[in-house]
Amino acid sequence: MKKILFRRLLMLIPILFGVTFLSFAMMRIAGSDAVLQKTDTSGVALSEEVIEAQREEMGLDKPFLIQYVNWLGRFLRGDLGESYISGEDVFTEFVSKLPATLFLTLTSVLLTVIISIPLGILAAVKQNRFIDYLIRVCSFIGNSLPNFFVALVLMYFFAIRLGVFPVISEGISLRSAALPTLTLAIAMSAKYLRQVRAAVLDELSKGYVTGAKARGVKFSVTMRKSVLRAALVTILTLLALSIGNLLGGTAIVESIFMWDGVGKLAVDAINMRDYPVIQAYVVWMALIYVAVNLVTDLTYSLLDPRIRPGGEDA
Amino acid sequence: MSSGKVTVRGQRRKKNHTKARLILFGALVLLLILAAIFAETLCPYDPNQQDLSAALQPPGAGHLFGTDRYGRDMLSRVIVGARVSIFSALILVAVIAAAGTLIGMICGYIQGAADSIIMRIADICLAFPGLVFALAIAAVLNGGVGNAVIALAVISWPKYARIARGQTLAVKSSEYIAAARLAGSTPLKILFCHILPNIIGPVLVTAMLDIGTMMMEIAALSFLGLGAKPPTAEWGSMMSEGRSMLQTYPWTVLTPGIAIFISVVLFNLLGDTIRDYADPGNGSRQG
Repeated sequence: MKKILFRRLLMLIPILFGVTFLSFAMMRIAGSDAVLQKTDTSGVALSEEVIEAQREEMGLDKPFLIQYVNWLGRFLRGDLGESYISGEDVFTEFVSKLPATLFLTLTSVLLTVIISIPLGILAAVKQNRFIDYLIRVCSFIGNSLPNFFVALVLMYFFAIRLGVFPVISEGISLRSAALPTLTLAIAMSAKYLRQVRAAVLDELSKGYVTGAKARGVKFSVTMRKSVLRAALVTILTLLALSIGNLLGGTAIVESIFMWDGVGKLAVDAINMRDYPVIQAYVVWMALIYVAVNLVTDLTYSLLDPRIRPGGEDA
Repeated sequence: MSSGKVTVRGQRRKKNHTKARLILFGALVLLLILAAIFAETLCPYDPNQQDLSAALQPPGAGHLFGTDRYGRDMLSRVIVGARVSIFSALILVAVIAAAGTLIGMICGYIQGAADSIIMRIADICLAFPGLVFALAIAAVLNGGVGNAVIALAVISWPKYARIARGQTLAVKSSEYIAAARLAGSTPLKILFCHILPNIIGPVLVTAMLDIGTMMMEIAALSFLGLGAKPPTAEWGSMMSEGRSMLQTYPWTVLTPGIAIFISVVLFNLLGDTIRDYADPGNGSRQG
């Protein structure tokens, strides 16, 4: 187990370099000149010398790679620069918004689990029956709905028409989180339901299920003791992997519901072309995603000894 | 489980059933594409004609889908919007499928150092969660539908590269490839005449299933102001324009939203059917 962990961590290094390098290069290309960008917003005309001096101060006269290394060094120490717009430290701002996003992610994952696992199992057990078709049709519809549309429709009916939930979030509370959570969970459950169903069906088609039936074991017992346990590994992995999509998807939903998390921060930054904030968002989201995937993979091999790779896996 | 019996007649019936669905959904998608091509002639009004005296009219006899805040006819704008939304998605999928397949095929065929490097780059692209990277790229490129397509292409090609690479590796060791090589075929000929036709199936199925998703993602970028720019009629940006008026004039948001939904449903139905048709064995299993 330690060996796997070590190898996986080693494999992370090139990915982390790539992720940070890409983000850095992208913002450098975009914000071509941070000094001009900064002075632009202040509206003061500066002489060429002052701009040059500032450039030197920020290290912008150095070669690209050195700039990257310097930036990475500062980044690792938690210094992400200052926002062009608010002038505040990006790291502090980012960290202060993170709990809201994590809260929303957690509630959506929970709701997704509550919706999709029982329904997925039900659809698999009742394969090709009416209830299965109904569940599949719902999942299909959910898959074809863009989440910003779902968000607006939910907002129209529940917040504006019925007034059950607030239109604009009032801080981190379950009441405010209800609609954004529902929006995210609809999209995720739709995707996830199919996978749960497929995983359970796959398990049901195996020989031991027929064997248990022949021996007179109750179906519910086989289901609970063998099928679900085996399918659970696949189900959990798929769920963890979908957290990545969720992190990306929260941006739009957060900004629609004015949920004060990192997604909204990023969308606002994008609209204002606030590059340090965008950069922080991209790098951090990638890091979280990579970390989640790593933990998933490790849990996967912990839960299912068959996958524990002994030798080389390509 | 009782209905899981596989009989020859059952299979044939299923095949015919799939074929019927294929024809039906194919025709509907074709109709949608034709509507997008001939959008101007289908429009009852000029989609960009402003008429402030008729602003924000609810759906009714004169304007079937109502009008937006500049008095432009929503129905006409939804029809014209189909062109941007559908064609950008089709172009995007065509580009990523072609580029990804080419890259994956070459990597799988030559292997070695170049293969490792390119696949690590693919890993890095896949290390960014979903739309996050696309959002950033679109922001860097300053919006526009073309740039939104580029942004999504940058993050989406690795999927195809992986499929094509895996398939190529599987096919590569076949005897007919060795025979072709012995017969003096150049690598280029082997790649395009022998490997490509054998690996294109899964790629095409994936591509068909991707069109709907890509349509939603382009619309999402437009909704955030990173895709189509305001005067252009595009479903995502129309919804974004109407968003502030959701409370009083919901049709400005709902009609383009329903248009996206219907088109995505049609493309997804076609994609699912093509997958069932290509691989009838696990059709019902995948849901």
